[in-house]
Amino acid sequence: MDITLEKSARTAANPSSWPALLVSVLKYALLLLTMAVFIVPVFWMVSASFKTLQEIYTFPPQWIPSQPRWENYVRAWNAAPFGRFYINTIITTFFGVTAEVLLGTMTAYAFVYLPFPRKNLLFLVMLAALMVPIHVTILPNYLTIANLGWLNTYQGIIVPGASVAFGTFLFRQHFLTLPTEILEAARMEGAGHLQLLGRIVLPLSQSILVTVSLISLVNKWNDFLWPLIVTNQTHMRVLPVGLAYLYDQEGTNQWGIIMAGTIFVVLPILVIFVWAQRHIISGLTAGATKG
Amino acid sequence: MVQAPAKRKGISREHLLFLAFIGPNFFLLGVFSYWPLIYQAYLSLTRWDMISPTKTFVGFDNYHYMFTGSEFYQVLLNTFVFTVAILVGSLVLGLGLALLLNQPLRGRVAGRAIVFAPYVLSGAAIGLVWAYIFDPVYGLLRVFFNAFGFASPNWLVDTSWALPAVIIVYLWKNVGYSAVIYLAGLQNISHELYEAAKVDGASDWESFWHITLPQLSPVTFFLTVTTILFSIQAFDIIAVMTEGGPVNATTTLVWYLYQQGFIAFRAGTAAAAGMLLFVIMLLITIFQLRFVQRRVHYS
Repeated sequence: MDITLEKSARTAANPSSWPALLVSVLKYALLLLTMAVFIVPVFWMVSASFKTLQEIYTFPPQWIPSQPRWENYVRAWNAAPFGRFYINTIITTFFGVTAEVLLGTMTAYAFVYLPFPRKNLLFLVMLAALMVPIHVTILPNYLTIANLGWLNTYQGIIVPGASVAFGTFLFRQHFLTLPTEILEAARMEGAGHLQLLGRIVLPLSQSILVTVSLISLVNKWNDFLWPLIVTNQTHMRVLPVGLAYLYDQEGTNQWGIIMAGTIFVVLPILVIFVWAQRHIISGLTAGATKG
Repeated sequence: MVQAPAKRKGISREHLLFLAFIGPNFFLLGVFSYWPLIYQAYLSLTRWDMISPTKTFVGFDNYHYMFTGSEFYQVLLNTFVFTVAILVGSLVLGLGLALLLNQPLRGRVAGRAIVFAPYVLSGAAIGLVWAYIFDPVYGLLRVFFNAFGFASPNWLVDTSWALPAVIIVYLWKNVGYSAVIYLAGLQNISHELYEAAKVDGASDWESFWHITLPQLSPVTFFLTVTTILFSIQAFDIIAVMTEGGPVNATTTLVWYLYQQGFIAFRAGTAAAAGMLLFVIMLLITIFQLRFVQRRVHYS
């Protein structure tokens, strides 16, 4: 108490520094509090996944398990076919992202570099699809997939989500900024449009390619409603749906096992995020500020 | 090779090439975005259990059933409360976080990443982490309630706490998106505006009201529209945490659609709910387009 009084008395001679210090302390406190709000739940999840049932049932809670153990991971892996869930998710995500990037770049290339009467109107028709997300049309789309005999198949999960409107928009925005002289020169030398796309436009678009791929990857990996509806066999489930299955199997008291399963689902994306968060954020903000 | 004489033919060849390039994407959009809308409009006028070979045409019976059903009023109210709470929460907290992360503080880059991280994680996974945090006996939040001398509410089982719980989780997961977009908006505001205001003797508070907020209005508008469109579709968090319960307390329009179609097998009612959802989203988009034409900005 005395010390602070003394300090404030001393700094009173310098009117700006004492309030400035207080404000900056407050700002740091706020920043730390904010970080805690987002870190603590994640820490709680990780910590529980290493706890024994005994430790989970302790109150007040134990922050760090006294003897961290992998048992919950083993039990989660055995309680639901997580190996299979991983394979399914990797396959549907990989082909989903590839299809989106391929279709998106080709469509954007056509809209920027190829002539067609009223192509701007067509572009609007494409963007209008953003208003019809799959959540609105799950029922008729389910019937289409069922009629094709595609229930419980990879193509049933992948194909309806492969069309790309927002990605095309981002690619088009980028292609419009590319210098036309290079393309003209290549045209003069007789390069066809597929060559122009593959050899010139795409190499000049690496960062937007990474960004769109990452956003698409995150969406496909986490997709829940559509894969839930078009699969009903456990071995065809993807990770997020498989996690809900694990929760049904284990009930609400086996939190250690369920948190281990949760980590199976989020860990790959978290690793990718740490490595590439700049690309993801830049893509999302570009869509917002140029829209 | 022989370029010049092929000029006229070349143009029509490029038209074909255009169609070939956009063809696959437009085919998929047609089959899985536009056609289902038409088909769903038709289904909404029929009664069908999704199994029997025949659909009975019933006119607007499904809409009548939906709007007069005792639970449907609550479904609409839940959807409205959920969407508005998410909207207000995302804008206010998102702007607050952005202002904080825009300060010249050490660790703000890490802060931005940490705040944004939940946005890229699976909603099903986040929902389960929070189901555990909300657990009234073993959960983390019990600690905070006990610290202030209260018993923890039975979040996911109590009809008056379940919807707030789901809203909190959705906000926690997605507020980083608004924060990051606002942060980009803040960084686009020219410093000269603030310096000019300072010369005129404006306080920080006045600068915030007369420069920051108006300059951010296009961003706010963008976030308003996208937040409504996304939050109205929220599904995975509700699916793992409450399954629309207890007693419909967290049944939103999307959950109602799913439950009518894939649990109760009332295809017609599910289709009617899908059409209603589409009309709502269409109105929001039309509102956006008209508004953007009038320019949100004042400068």
